[in-house]
Amino acid sequence: MNKQTTIRWVAKPIVFTLALIPLAWIVWRIVTGDVGTGLNANPVETVNRYLGDWALRFILITLCITPLVKIFNWTTAIRFRRMLGLFAFFYATLHLSNYIIADQFFNWTDIWADIVKRVYITIGMATFAVLLALAVTSPKAAIRKMGAKRWRLLHRSIYVAALGGVFHYWMMVKADLSGPIIHAAILAILLGYRLMKARNKPTISPDRTARRSTKEQTT
Amino acid sequence: MQHSGIILNQEAGCFTMLIKNKILSDVKSSEITPKAVFMNRRRFIQSAVMAGAGSALLPGLLSTSALAAAEPKRGMKLDGIIKSPLSTTEETTPYNYATTYNNFYEFGTGKDDPAVMARDFKPKPWKVTVGGEVGKPGLYDFDDLIKSHQLEERIYRFRCVEAWSMIVPWVGIPLADIIKRFEPTSKAKYVAFETLNDPERMPGQARRVLNWPYVEGLRMDEAMNPLTLMAVGLYGEELLPQNGAPIRLVVPWKYGFKSIKSIVSIRLVEKMPPTTWNNSAAGEYGFYANVNPEVSHPRWSQAKERRLGGGYFDPKVETRKFNGYEEQVAALYNGMDLRKFF
Repeated sequence: MNKQTTIRWVAKPIVFTLALIPLAWIVWRIVTGDVGTGLNANPVETVNRYLGDWALRFILITLCITPLVKIFNWTTAIRFRRMLGLFAFFYATLHLSNYIIADQFFNWTDIWADIVKRVYITIGMATFAVLLALAVTSPKAAIRKMGAKRWRLLHRSIYVAALGGVFHYWMMVKADLSGPIIHAAILAILLGYRLMKARNKPTISPDRTARRSTKEQTT
Repeated sequence: MQHSGIILNQEAGCFTMLIKNKILSDVKSSEITPKAVFMNRRRFIQSAVMAGAGSALLPGLLSTSALAAAEPKRGMKLDGIIKSPLSTTEETTPYNYATTYNNFYEFGTGKDDPAVMARDFKPKPWKVTVGGEVGKPGLYDFDDLIKSHQLEERIYRFRCVEAWSMIVPWVGIPLADIIKRFEPTSKAKYVAFETLNDPERMPGQARRVLNWPYVEGLRMDEAMNPLTLMAVGLYGEELLPQNGAPIRLVVPWKYGFKSIKSIVSIRLVEKMPPTTWNNSAAGEYGFYANVNPEVSHPRWSQAKERRLGGGYFDPKVETRKFNGYEEQVAALYNGMDLRKFF
């Protein structure tokens, strides 16, 4: 088995399965659970927070790929970026669905009022819209259709989504900001790294460098 | 006799408890509670296993949470409780929900934290300082504070500022009866309460998420309202530490954070006392904090609430003004702009 086959038929299915573990865990808790098993007296809220946490975590994991490629020259990592990004969208979709179905039970009037009035929900919805745009344009065909330059520009908005996700989380917390702070700190490192790189090489984008080094590796 | 049918139905993959109760006047609170279900051993063994597995993802809680799930601690049964006409006839929230889903930052900021972190908290011996504008100040022992009073069960709606609610069968004494014994002077306009401040016993106080000690207050007429309760128990038993043992306030027409827990000081004062959440975020939490569906929290609506204990897809219920106690308390706020004095 050559490297390409291994990535496609072994490594990718493994990462795919791992990325589904958070979902499997919460489904198991819903199905078997009662008070005491982790799904507490307010399961709708618990599930909502859990799914939101994982959407944000997958955004941050996706943002780790480029630094991994560049710092450790681990070019293979780039092959997993799209899948991880799509998992961020996947968990964000479940998070939003749980809000619409279980929390609001399709009460569109209340949902709309929330979007308009509650800034953290406005930001959450905007973040979802960004993730949706990125997911829709994730196939290779979209790059050809849009042109690499425009596609790359659009996909930079993952930074906007990451910031939106952290703000959305930060703004809903009452007093204990430790969770949002941890996520914000990780995001600050990931974005700070890119800013630093961009300063050093102002003309070359991280994506382009990553792609070039991938080529150099494989050819 | 009562008919208490407990139905465990697996609906949409989620166990929901539907407790059908026909509550008659002679029913004891202990019978209302579906204890049998929660005491089911198999469930608790399963719980212990699950909690252990969950803790693998939450390092540091392994031993405690597994223990907490395996052996639920219960309070001592309280005797000689009388029923109160002020009780609601709504179904009470399952015991385990009211004792495992708690906001009590002194024992951690997670809803599940207090039940675990307060497990070894010894509420007694307990003393309460009484001071300020009273004829009989002093350091009162818990027993001296309550023994001369008749314990009542009050089944109240309990509405959290976070838009969830429970129906809790509290056991306690009207605050007014206790305050009268201290002989308040004419200068007593407000009552100021304080929670224990002891990071050794309340590990959540090691972090300054709020300014410790937790402080709360009521206007004198609010404190003397017949609905205002000093609770020492729930579900016919002594209060558990996570619910504010051994003595806490219950003000059913106000958001839950007003109902201060584990009280060590009661002072009657002339000026409006500071309150913890108001200090933390004055734009979000006022001194009055009356339940009001018309006045939103700046970040979320207060128009509806999630009634805990319902099914996963149950819609939220409409929040009522003064939490449904408008008749008893609305007059306290005559002429006040409730949007301004939220």
